[in-house]
Amino acid sequence: MGDGMATAAAAIRVRGVSHRFGEEGEQRFVRALADTSLDVARGELMCLIGPSGCGKSTLLNVIGGLMAPSSGGVEVLGKAVAGPLPHDIAFVFQESALFPWNTVIENIELGMTFQGVAKAARAERAGRALEAVGLGEFAQHYPAQLSGGMRQRAALARALSLETPILLMDEPFGALDEQTRMILGEDLSVLLARSGRTIVFVTHSLGEAVFLADRVAVFSARPGTVKQVIAVDEPHPRKPEFVTSTKFTALRNQLYGLLHDEIRKAVLGLGEAARGEAGPA
Amino acid sequence: MAEKTTSLRHRDALASRLVQAGFLAAVVLLWYLAATRWGVNRLLLPNPVAVFDDLVDILRTGEYIDDLKVTLGELAAAFSISVTGGVTLGYLISRSPYAIRVFEPLFAAIYSIPIILFLPLFVLFFGLGPASKIALGAAISFFPIAINTIAGFGTVDRLLVTAARSMGASDYRLFRHVLLPAALPVILAGLRMGFTIALLSIIGSETLASLAGLGHRIVHLAEAMEMARMFAYIVFVIAIAAILNAVVSALEARGRWN
Repeated sequence: MGDGMATAAAAIRVRGVSHRFGEEGEQRFVRALADTSLDVARGELMCLIGPSGCGKSTLLNVIGGLMAPSSGGVEVLGKAVAGPLPHDIAFVFQESALFPWNTVIENIELGMTFQGVAKAARAERAGRALEAVGLGEFAQHYPAQLSGGMRQRAALARALSLETPILLMDEPFGALDEQTRMILGEDLSVLLARSGRTIVFVTHSLGEAVFLADRVAVFSARPGTVKQVIAVDEPHPRKPEFVTSTKFTALRNQLYGLLHDEIRKAVLGLGEAARGEAGPA
Repeated sequence: MAEKTTSLRHRDALASRLVQAGFLAAVVLLWYLAATRWGVNRLLLPNPVAVFDDLVDILRTGEYIDDLKVTLGELAAAFSISVTGGVTLGYLISRSPYAIRVFEPLFAAIYSIPIILFLPLFVLFFGLGPASKIALGAAISFFPIAINTIAGFGTVDRLLVTAARSMGASDYRLFRHVLLPAALPVILAGLRMGFTIALLSIIGSETLASLAGLGHRIVHLAEAMEMARMFAYIVFVIAIAAILNAVVSALEARGRWN
């Protein structure tokens, strides 16, 4: 019964999801995910962390309806996922995915056009989202005129303006330098503490996972599945001092311990791939 | 620092323009010397001063207007056909990886052969009038337009398409707001190439087999041994072609985002 209570409050329910690319016997055949189950509670920030190629981005695409799993299923807010759910889920990708021929403000408004927001409401919502990420002055800039960090802020603003209850973020800061990443992480924590959104956040960074997440799902090497879920019991918004606390260090070390063996397996797996025994990453 | 670089670049551009103008002036000077001092036959090379006088006369009387209308009419019709056909077919082909593999190399191969060789065939089918020029111009300019349309739509960043889909973009909005703007710079480059070779092939075919048009006028004057007037028409056609190409290039530049 306790399990039933937990799933009733879940915003996202992943049940027995497996996914493979290509067909068995083909050279490109990859088993990306194996029988993965996971619940994400409403208002929770869940980080997915694991070795390269463990299928965490695949899982994010499956949750968002951008990819149909080979088997298993996902429910989002009580509905079975069969395709994109633009009113429930917004994405932030590793590269900003901003349209380079549109200005920042046009990008944000275009997202709302796609989603079906009435024209009258778009400008005001776009302005609010831009202010929230601190890019108010850059509304008329083109993406190419912004730094990598600013582009990701703009992409985040576009996702926020869609006002979906769920945000899926696929290594959004992965291409940025360490300092920019830290600042964006702090700002994100402040922003999300107010928003009450449910977030799934894929990352490679142990520190980022501990700093942002309410819970961290640790993935095994390919074919990936959830090895363990670790709770980070610290209220949002998180202060920069959290990074230097013993609690942070202990959690980070725990994650490192869990990941270390998996990363080693993944690296050896890549070695096999180099000898032509496995598929692409 | 930035201003200094800009002004230097301006000075460089100005210097290049001066060299280009000097080169043209030298050509005209050599032409003048050849015609007046070095005894080149006037039937082969008329005096540039006489050519200039004829050019002024042509512009003043407006006798060029009928031929210009014919040539530009042919160009407009041919280009409309090749743009409509090339962009539509190119888009349809770009939607299927199989069709791209089949048609892209085929079009590239056809584009590399001199289609003007088929002019006699076009004349047999469409007659000596504008129809054969329109058909030839459309056929020749179709290929660069179709090839670039395939390339433009075929190389759209998949992530942008995925992002648009995740935000709920319909097929129409995906095309209008993502695929078309992404492909536009490459398509416009194809349109510019298509326009240039349509103009070349139409004027060229007018000189070979036609009843009217600027190319026809030039050949007619050559046969009548009116060399100065023929040269004046050549200068006129060069000016028209330069203006049209400048307009098309400016339109292409306006459509660019990258």
